[in-house]
Parts: sequence; structure tokens; C-alpha cells
Amino acid sequence: MSGGVRGASAGSIESLSRHARPFAGLIGLTAAWQLAISVSDQSLLPGPAAALAAIVEMTSDGDLVRHTIASLFRVAWGYIGAAILAIPLGLVLGWYSKAERAAGPILQILRPISPLAWIPIAILWVGVGDLSAIFIIFLSVLWPLTTSAVEAAQSIPLKFVRAGRNFGLSRRALLFTVIYPAALPQLVLGLRLSLGIAWLVVVAAEMIAVGSGLGFFIIDARNAGNRYDQVVAGMLLIGLIGVVLDAAMRRLERSRALAWSYNRLSEVPKKAAAAANGRRGEAP
Amino acid sequence: MSRASYALFPALSLVKPSDVIAEAPPAAERRAKLLARGIRKVFRRGRNDVHVLEEVDLDIREGEFMVVVGPSGCGKTTLLNIIAGFEKPTTGEVRIDSGLVDGPDKRRIVVFQEHGVFPWLTVEANIGFGLADLSPDERKSRIAHYVKLVGLEGFEHAYPHEVSGGMKQRVEMARALAVRPDMLFLDEPFGALDFITRHVMRGELLRIWNAEKKTVLFITHDIEESVQLADRIVVMTSRPATIRCVIENDLPRPRDLSSRRYLEMRDKVLRELGLAKEV
Repeated sequence: MSGGVRGASAGSIESLSRHARPFAGLIGLTAAWQLAISVSDQSLLPGPAAALAAIVEMTSDGDLVRHTIASLFRVAWGYIGAAILAIPLGLVLGWYSKAERAAGPILQILRPISPLAWIPIAILWVGVGDLSAIFIIFLSVLWPLTTSAVEAAQSIPLKFVRAGRNFGLSRRALLFTVIYPAALPQLVLGLRLSLGIAWLVVVAAEMIAVGSGLGFFIIDARNAGNRYDQVVAGMLLIGLIGVVLDAAMRRLERSRALAWSYNRLSEVPKKAAAAANGRRGEAP
Repeated sequence: MSRASYALFPALSLVKPSDVIAEAPPAAERRAKLLARGIRKVFRRGRNDVHVLEEVDLDIREGEFMVVVGPSGCGKTTLLNIIAGFEKPTTGEVRIDSGLVDGPDKRRIVVFQEHGVFPWLTVEANIGFGLADLSPDERKSRIAHYVKLVGLEGFEHAYPHEVSGGMKQRVEMARALAVRPDMLFLDEPFGALDFITRHVMRGELLRIWNAEKKTVLFITHDIEESVQLADRIVVMTSRPATIRCVIENDLPRPRDLSSRRYLEMRDKVLRELGLAKEV
């Protein structure tokens, strides 16, 4: 809840230090890293300066942008495809308990298989290329997101379902007017977590199945001349993009129509508010 | 009004006395709206049978405000769920207007204990939830009417999590009333509210009841609440619940909460619940 007008200069210093704190940790670590590299004179890990130079070099010749776009493109297709299938499937399975009893065990067995284990089959089915990487992303999102949609539909408080029935809704109509909106906050949480998984998996998929993308870029930098500065540059970029994707999804979670959750309605806001007040109270 | 007074007004004498009395009939003469007969409910928990309700018979009269009071966890809510059609009794049956209850119905709306409003809909959309079959204009004016009735003007576009607990219960009451039900079932609707808000909401409920003339079944464990609201108070025993007694509460409305008769009535309910008057 920043953005309020604060008159006192103490307030702005406090707010400055609050915003600066996350960066202080990063800057500290980078400095320590650079210092350790420069005094130890080893070649096991390039320093931040070298990695930064690599980023600048690769950005200027357009390679990095090309690889980043390739990775994002694969994630987008696999992820969106899986979401379109998983959310309706999960909600229906969660709502119709007979269907869940039939399909649940299949889901439970497929879920713990790492999506990377599918790589040989993906290559067999669709060949080496974009499609097999997209297929692997798709699988990596499909199982966890379906499971979380099933759980979301099953954990909807009975009183919402009963209220819906009371107003004359059929079981099918309830699915659209009560189950889906009631599950939405949990679905968005599931979407955020599975986007993280997709971003983890795309790198691995690209190391094996394709000739572009950030995963390929990292493996290629090593194979084509032990350019570990480029390897680290690629890793840093993956981390940064991951943070941006996660932040975008968090923004969605906090939107006004989703800023409730029935399991948070009673307890947590009060506690959170009390904690916030406490913190404000302690501040000088 | 005595019988002789009809003779003084020839026009009135054309009307059967019973019709005139329908304006404010003595409670005992009103038509039965709901009949519950021999209601038993047994839940199977593992190998054990849990007897929740044991032979409950209940009559609710047309237009009556009936309050069921009993200890927490005694099975009051189960009874309400059976009457509302959400649960089937193990034995026995519920008839409303002589039709058998076999599921929930739009003519009888339940107001839930807490947070029964849909948190993903605005105040306005919640109130209009049951009005999908009206034309947009009718829907709009119906919503506006009930927003006004429960005093939520200015909060139409707020989400439930942005308003207070008392306002949430107002939203739920308006949502229930908007479909023009002929019965309201309230399950400890003010249980989660603070003392002051609860007090205000009871007054509001009575005002709305006077305006809308619904038959009300109200479940509570709050004795004061039962004495303040009810035409008749049903006292239930602890589990397995049966009806201990039905008390005619003929205190005149509006009720004076410090009158001798009010306190006597409260003591009577306390006594029936087996509670001591001294702490």
C-alpha cells in the first residue's frame, strides 16, 4: 500500500530504504562474487563483469534476443495449450466425483513422471524441433494444473454450492456460475506455479530437442568453445525472465475481482492488517 | 374489534369476519405453512451411527416468525438443512403448502451462517444472482429496490471483501428477498457479528419482515435473539436433538428489552434449556 502522500522526510527515507533493500542484497552478492573471482584467479566460474560483458556482446549482435524469443514462444504455446485443456478438465473432474474416481488414478500415475522422461517419446512422435519442445512444456504444465483444478473444484465450500442450488441452478449451470468463479483464485495460483515449471522445463527441453532458445544457447556456448561467461550470462537471463513472468502472474492474482479467497476471508486479512499495523507502529 | 362493531358499519358486515381478521390474525388461527413429521437423522461415521435428530415434529404457520433455539452442535442446522431440502431425513417427511419437500427451491431461500455471499460478485451482482430469468430492466429495478431496503446504497459496486460483516449479511438477505420467496430460512445469520452489529441487524430483520411478510424460520443459540424476534420459540435438547417445548412468545412488538415480561420470557427459555440464572 505505498503511494500514499507522506509529508515527513523521515517517511520518504524509510520508504526509500524499504525499496532499496532487495537491491542491496543483490549488489552485495555481486560485489562479493566479483571480489572472490579477482583475488582467487581461477577458471571455474566467470565473474559478474565477464557475464555482463557477454550479455552486452550477445545483445548487440541480436543472438540473445533471438534465443529469448524462441524460448518464450515455446513456453507460450505449450503453456496456453495445456491451460486450455487442463482447467476445464480439472474442474469437471473435481465437480463430478464419478469422473474423478475413474480418471484420478491415471492422473496420479502420470503426474510424478518428469516431463523430461517424455523427451525420447516426444522426438519419436513429432521429431526433433519446436513441436517436441512445445509438447514437453505442454506435459509439464498439464498434470500439475489439472491436479490443482481438481483440488480447487473439490475444496469449494458447500454453502456456495447450496446457495447456487437454492436459486434453482442445475448441476451443469453450477459448474459455470459457481464452481468456476469460486475456483478462480486457486486456478490463478496454479497458473502462476505451473508457469514457473514451464520456464524450468523449457531450458532442459531446448538442450536436447532444438537448435535455438536459451537452453540451446547455454549448451552451445559450452560446446562451441567453453564460453562460460556466456553460460553464466544465459543463466542470469533465465533467472531475470523467470522473475518477470512470476511478477506478472502475481499482479493478476492481486486484481480487484480476484483479491479474495474463501480460505483467507475470515482469518488472514485481519492478521495481515494487524501485522501491518504493528510494523507501522514500530517504525520510528 | 368486537363482533358488535361490524353491525355498526354495514359495509364491513359484507366481509366475513375471518377475512378482516386476516389483516392480523391471532397466531394460533393462521394456516399451517410447513409441517415436519417424524424427522430422524442418523449419520454413519465409520462403524458408529450418530443420531442427530430424534423424532422431530414441527409446524410453522403462515407469516410466522419462528425461532429454533438450542445448544451449539445439537442438530439445529441439520434440521434446517432437511427443511430446506439440502439433506434427506433418515425417516420422516417435510411438507410445505402440502407439497413434499425433496430438494431446495427458489421459493424458500436459506441465509447462511457466515460468508454465504459470493465473494467473486459485487454487491449488486450478488443481489441479482437469482434473477437471471427477469428482463434486464426488471432485474435492475428489483436490485435497486432491495439495495434500498437493506440500506446498501452507494455500495452496489463493492465486492463483499471490501464491506463489513454486517453489510455482507445485508447483501445475503437482499439476495434472498430479491427472488420473492415465501419462506426465509436463516441459519444463525448474525452469529459471526459483534454485539452491536447483531443488535442493529435484529432490528433491521424485523423491519424487513414487517415490510415483506415472509414466513421465517430462524436458527440460533442466542436466547436473547429468540425472545426478541420470535412469535414462537422452539427449544431443542442437546444431541440427539428433540423438541423440548414450543413457547408462544406473545410479547407486543416493538419489544421493550428491559420490561418485566421480556425478562420473564427470557428466564422461561433459560429454564427450558436447563441453564441456571446465576453465574
